[in-house]
Amino acid sequence: MAAIIQSISLNKSFGAVVAASNISIDIEEGTITGLIGTNGAGKTTFVNMITGYLKPDTGTIRFRGEDITSLPPRAITRMGVARSFQIPQLFNSLTVRENLAVSIVARVANGLEGLRAADHDTLDSQAAEVLARFGLSDFGESTAGTLPEGIRKLLDMAVAMVAQPIVLLLDEPTSGVASEEKFAVMDRVMAATRGLTTLFVEHDMDIVRRYATRVIAFYAGTVLSDGPPGTVLNDARVRELIIGESHGPAAAGGRADA
Amino acid sequence: MSGFLGFLIDGAMYAAWLFLIAVGLTLIFGVMGILNMAHGSFYAFGAYTAAMAVGVWLGTGRAPLVSYLVLIVAGIVAGVVLGALVDRGLLRFLRGREPTALLLVTYALFLILEDVIKLIWGVDPYVVSEPYALLGSFSIGPLSYPNYTLIIVLAAVLSGLALTWFLQFTRKGKMLRAVIHDAEMSQSVGIDVDRWFFITFVTGTVLACLAGALVAPTISVVPGMGVEVIVLMFAVVVIGGLGSIPGAAVGALLVGFVRSAAVHYWPEAELFSIYGVMALILVVRPKGLFAAPEPRKI
Amino acid sequence: MTEHRFLVLIAVCAVALLAGGWLLPSWSFVINVAIAKAIAVLGLVLLMRAGLVSFGQALFYCIGGYTAGVLATNYKISEALIVVPLAGFLAGVVGFLLGFLMRRYRDIFFAMLSLAFSMILFGVLVKSADFGGTDGFNITAPTLFGMRITGQARFFGYAFAVVLLALSVIAAWRFTRTPIGMIADAIRENEIRVEYLGVSATRSIHVLYTLAALLAGIGGALNALTVGHVDPEMAFWTTSGEFVVIAVLGGAASLVTPIAAALILEVIRTFAYQYAPNAWQLVLGVVTLALIVFLPTGFAGLLRRRREVSNRSAADAVN
Repeated sequence: MAAIIQSISLNKSFGAVVAASNISIDIEEGTITGLIGTNGAGKTTFVNMITGYLKPDTGTIRFRGEDITSLPPRAITRMGVARSFQIPQLFNSLTVRENLAVSIVARVANGLEGLRAADHDTLDSQAAEVLARFGLSDFGESTAGTLPEGIRKLLDMAVAMVAQPIVLLLDEPTSGVASEEKFAVMDRVMAATRGLTTLFVEHDMDIVRRYATRVIAFYAGTVLSDGPPGTVLNDARVRELIIGESHGPAAAGGRADA
Repeated sequence: MSGFLGFLIDGAMYAAWLFLIAVGLTLIFGVMGILNMAHGSFYAFGAYTAAMAVGVWLGTGRAPLVSYLVLIVAGIVAGVVLGALVDRGLLRFLRGREPTALLLVTYALFLILEDVIKLIWGVDPYVVSEPYALLGSFSIGPLSYPNYTLIIVLAAVLSGLALTWFLQFTRKGKMLRAVIHDAEMSQSVGIDVDRWFFITFVTGTVLACLAGALVAPTISVVPGMGVEVIVLMFAVVVIGGLGSIPGAAVGALLVGFVRSAAVHYWPEAELFSIYGVMALILVVRPKGLFAAPEPRKI
Repeated sequence: MTEHRFLVLIAVCAVALLAGGWLLPSWSFVINVAIAKAIAVLGLVLLMRAGLVSFGQALFYCIGGYTAGVLATNYKISEALIVVPLAGFLAGVVGFLLGFLMRRYRDIFFAMLSLAFSMILFGVLVKSADFGGTDGFNITAPTLFGMRITGQARFFGYAFAVVLLALSVIAAWRFTRTPIGMIADAIRENEIRVEYLGVSATRSIHVLYTLAALLAGIGGALNALTVGHVDPEMAFWTTSGEFVVIAVLGGAASLVTPIAAALILEVIRTFAYQYAPNAWQLVLGVVTLALIVFLPTGFAGLLRRRREVSNRSAADAVN
């Protein structure tokens, strides 16, 4: 069975900076993959290319066998690929509930059906349901721009989930979240996204170790290591270049990121 | 042949005038991010001040040739006073507001200034044509032009060169270019951005007032002269790319010659040709001919 | 606000306006003109909710007005029930066509391009003898259901305008409750997110632009029939500017407050012209300035803020 997402020989440069060099990665359905790497290694570029925001210089991207390389983000989203952002992309002056309501109606906003009045009662109950799933019910009437970062990240992911995607890409889901809350946030997200094919970019190795079944390490636009967390996180080059330790074994459960 | 010559000379003179009124606008936008809808009113203000000053001067019976100096000084003073008032009194408190809000602020300023001008100088036209006629005229072939128009051309060329030299070749100019590039970063490396905004705005205002002052003897100064001119200014700076001085020059030349062509060969199209060119350029180059590239967002 | 309550609000306002026009017939002309502008402003507000400030609505206002004029003068069709919708439709078609271009622009460039197109029309009309050049031309007396609506029967023309306004507001309000209408708010806030929700922002903007053009065209036709005259000034950029000022003063967050602003401003302007014709713009400018500096969301922002405060105090009470 073909992988749900195939990236074949992706190359992308910004002037002299090589963000992707011959990246070929297959993502199997139902897996949870962690993408790690230093800043500028190409992780977000990879996510941007998969979701259509950037076009690779050369190479192909397939979703369920279909070529999506040249499609815009809105088309790829409609096919079932959703993403959250490093910096939450929300509608800041709308309330949390309104953010979700807009995301729910977005599904019909393109065609002529978009001109028919929306059933606001149904909309509200659907939004409430998503809020509950992500533990955001208390914040329903708060303005999105005034919320703490952890809540905004959850909302960003909730908004992505509204379209009932098949594949979910999360860009640094716990960055900006207080350390003691990271696991709570991640638990909540993973519970809400159970069964989905998930990729997440992360800098926190504890999170990666705990939730990912496969880890891909990026470095300077190439894949340094690819495999189960135990293998990749103990790989000498990964430890030296990404995790930041040059000697010694990885302590079990110890914090490995510098 | 004289038709073509006429077209060329008219085009060049019109372009010079356009550059003079538009360069301040593009400078203000480039540095401060403000599209000053009141720029036409500044121009009118300068014209009125200069016309009044020259009228007073000539009324005292003193040397008519000095009226040129009076004209220029009046334009500069008007610009300094007006620019300082507006920036220190209003814009200073609105730094960092979004561009659309600032656009509306300058539009409100335009409304205010139009009436202030009427309240100060009344609604009757001011005519001060003596400086205009004083210098005599020159001829190219069968066509003759007043020598005065050369002053406008000279002013346009000088101001363009001075600004370019300042920005490209002086140390202070480099600082200003840093501010143009990224005001926030410049602030954090110690450049007094607020002071540069002030200097820029006053300079832009002075240029507009000076343009008005120089033009005053060639027309009858009436209320509403700023209203017509503002859309021309927009066309020039948008074509050239907001914030680009060479762009303003190119835009001025383009609009100047297009309008001259219309006047000489297809008079019905005079007004709409200018905006037609602007629309055309925006279609092909959405940010104007010389616009700066923009950074990515996510 | 639920649909039911909104309809009641509009009905009450409409009845109040009708009563006012009946009891004070000398004011009905001014209010009528204001209503024409208000309908144009309604379209502009829809665009501004998506973050696009059009400085070129005068283009469609003028198209609506001149269409009404041509229909009445050249084709002898002066029945308001035919002329106004037709003029609106024509303006909407032009808006739809122009929309293919305009939908790709944002911020200042959208504003400038929209301004350019209205000035193009201005330039064409000024130089066209067929349309009366700078003077424009007069429109013969309009009729409603075949009856004359000027002179003694002016109230019926006024009633027509009020009904038209009420219908426009209700239609616009319903629109803001549709998916596309809701997306418009979102586009203003975060266009990238909108794209990532699977929606084409440009296509949504195209719809908005067409709607705004339609409404401006209706306003222009109404104005033409009320005043009995059209001229190129209808397409001048200051006409667009006036619409923008009204929208800003009323606040684009609501649909009702900009209409109130249009009515109030027109009444004040009529007074001001009589006593201080050279200070009217000054006053308007100062008020606009004050509002932008201190209250960036206009009167509508005041309403929203009051609601937010009452929500928060309710939440505090619970916690």
